[in-house]
Amino acid sequence: MKRQLWLAANSLVVFLLLLVVWQVAVKALHVPAYMLPGPRAVARAVVERFGSLEQSFLLTAEEAVVGLLASIAVGVAVSLMFAQFSLLRRVLYPYTILLQTVPIVAIAPLILMWAGPGLISVAMVAFLICLPPMIANTTQGLVSVEENLVHLFLMHKATPMQVLLQLRLPHALPNLFVGIRISAGIAVIGAITGELFAGSSRVGEGGLGYSILYASGQLETDYLFALVAAAAVLGFVFFFAGMFLEWYFLHNWHEGSRLETQE
Amino acid sequence: MAEVTQVERPVKLAANFPEIAIEGVTKKFREGATALENVSFGVEKGEFVSLLGPSGCGKSTLLKLVAGLSSVTEGTVTVNGMTPKNARELVSFIFQDATLLPWRTVERNVGLGLELERVARPTREETVRQMLKVVGLEKVAKRYPRQLSGGMKMRVSIARALVSRPRILLLDEPFAALDEMSRDRMNEELLRLYLEQQWTVMFVTHSVAEAVFLSTRIVILAPHPGRVAHVEEVRLPWPRTEETRMTEEFEHEVGRISRLLRGVKSGEAREVA
Ligand SMILES: Nc1ncnc2c1ncn2[C@@H]1O[C@H](COP(=O)(O)OP(=O)(O)OP(=O)(O)O)[C@@H](O)[C@H]1O
Ligand SMILES: [Mg+2]
Repeated sequence: MKRQLWLAANSLVVFLLLLVVWQVAVKALHVPAYMLPGPRAVARAVVERFGSLEQSFLLTAEEAVVGLLASIAVGVAVSLMFAQFSLLRRVLYPYTILLQTVPIVAIAPLILMWAGPGLISVAMVAFLICLPPMIANTTQGLVSVEENLVHLFLMHKATPMQVLLQLRLPHALPNLFVGIRISAGIAVIGAITGELFAGSSRVGEGGLGYSILYASGQLETDYLFALVAAAAVLGFVFFFAGMFLEWYFLHNWHEGSRLETQE
Repeated sequence: MAEVTQVERPVKLAANFPEIAIEGVTKKFREGATALENVSFGVEKGEFVSLLGPSGCGKSTLLKLVAGLSSVTEGTVTVNGMTPKNARELVSFIFQDATLLPWRTVERNVGLGLELERVARPTREETVRQMLKVVGLEKVAKRYPRQLSGGMKMRVSIARALVSRPRILLLDEPFAALDEMSRDRMNEELLRLYLEQQWTVMFVTHSVAEAVFLSTRIVILAPHPGRVAHVEEVRLPWPRTEETRMTEEFEHEVGRISRLLRGVKSGEAREVA
């Protein structure tokens, strides 16, 4: 625990130093604010436009959450089907990998064309980017159960449903959470990418992605920086929420998810 | 040493009724490997039969056939006059690694079988509590498997196999991962339970001493393909205790079986050379 605090303190010091260097450099080299504002200008933009920043932040968070939850639900359902019906898995699994290789920026405009701008289509972009890691990891966990454990269940006349839900699913939880952790990180990226295309019907009311586009068009570079910082914070929040959930559900029995400081 | 003609049996037998009958069993895997070829022998009710043989001679395969977890290519296996699948409720299988579910506590691991068979909760919990006492695990009931030593895990696995009150036990190298002291202790406990419960047992091991100590008969399998090389009565009086291991008879029996086993192995070496 002490060690971790020490590391955190170090990171903070480095961060503050960077801010100082940045501020001094901007001042000394007379960089125009529309090219690169100093950290003080960015901080001012955060304070002055906190309301709209917060609104964009929450909207993007909402889109990302919806996309992520949908990817968890659909991903787990698809993986359960894959685990139960190996023919289905062999036929369809390659397509889920294919989905991963399709650049999301290439399909985002299509989705918008079909679903129209708004939360649904942005969440859909986040959903699509999150789905492959959910399926890949969960399926891996479901099918990698030791043969003897399956035999054990069969000796007690377990039904296929019992094997699936009481053996394969809990066995796959660590993998499922790896999927969630990966997806949580990219859900925010997905939502912001979606917004770049979807935007908003009303000026100033879009999410972070839309606002970034808008701010760059207006040369509001200080606000742009504030938006980027907010996006980074949102990504962090998602990632740590995923980690926390993983720890909460698995720390009792799973080695990999126990904190170093325990025991 | 005097030749023992009448082999003592610790458990009274029902009139020569083979509880497990293996007749002309051949097992080929889809990949073309023949794991077992024309294997025949019977295990009478109340017998403790150990399977010995070099690695890959089909011991595990044979146990799985008896448990109905795999099906024969040729021949028949009957368990208590039934097909192995239908006889499953009489049978408990104990695997080499304890095969515990890491997300379940000790008590919930032990209760797994009862849960799958939808036994009502109060009955289940009571049965589990009693069984934990039998194997000396009542203090660790709430722990998770990762918090247990290898020996304790194996005890949990045994407790789990015993709660469904089996008549037939199939054990596949259950104590292979334990140190010698724990293994000896587990052997003594297993024997005590065997005499008390009068199970019919098939036990796979690589340890001749273990096989001699526990068994009424030993079946030695030869490899490539797996077949029965010897069926030997164990000439060692009952009851058997720790002291038994120090006796000359015991050493003599271990020597005799070891020589038979070595014969099987060197036979294999000659074939290969
Ligand atoms: N599922 C399987 N598919 C194909 N071949 C198999 C399978 N299971 C076992 N075999 C083969 O059958 C033979 C017997 O295997 P088995 O596991 O029964 O041996 P064993 O006597 O238990 O060996 P060990 O002492 O190492 O446990 C081996 O050659 C093995 O490779
Ligand atoms: Mg084996």
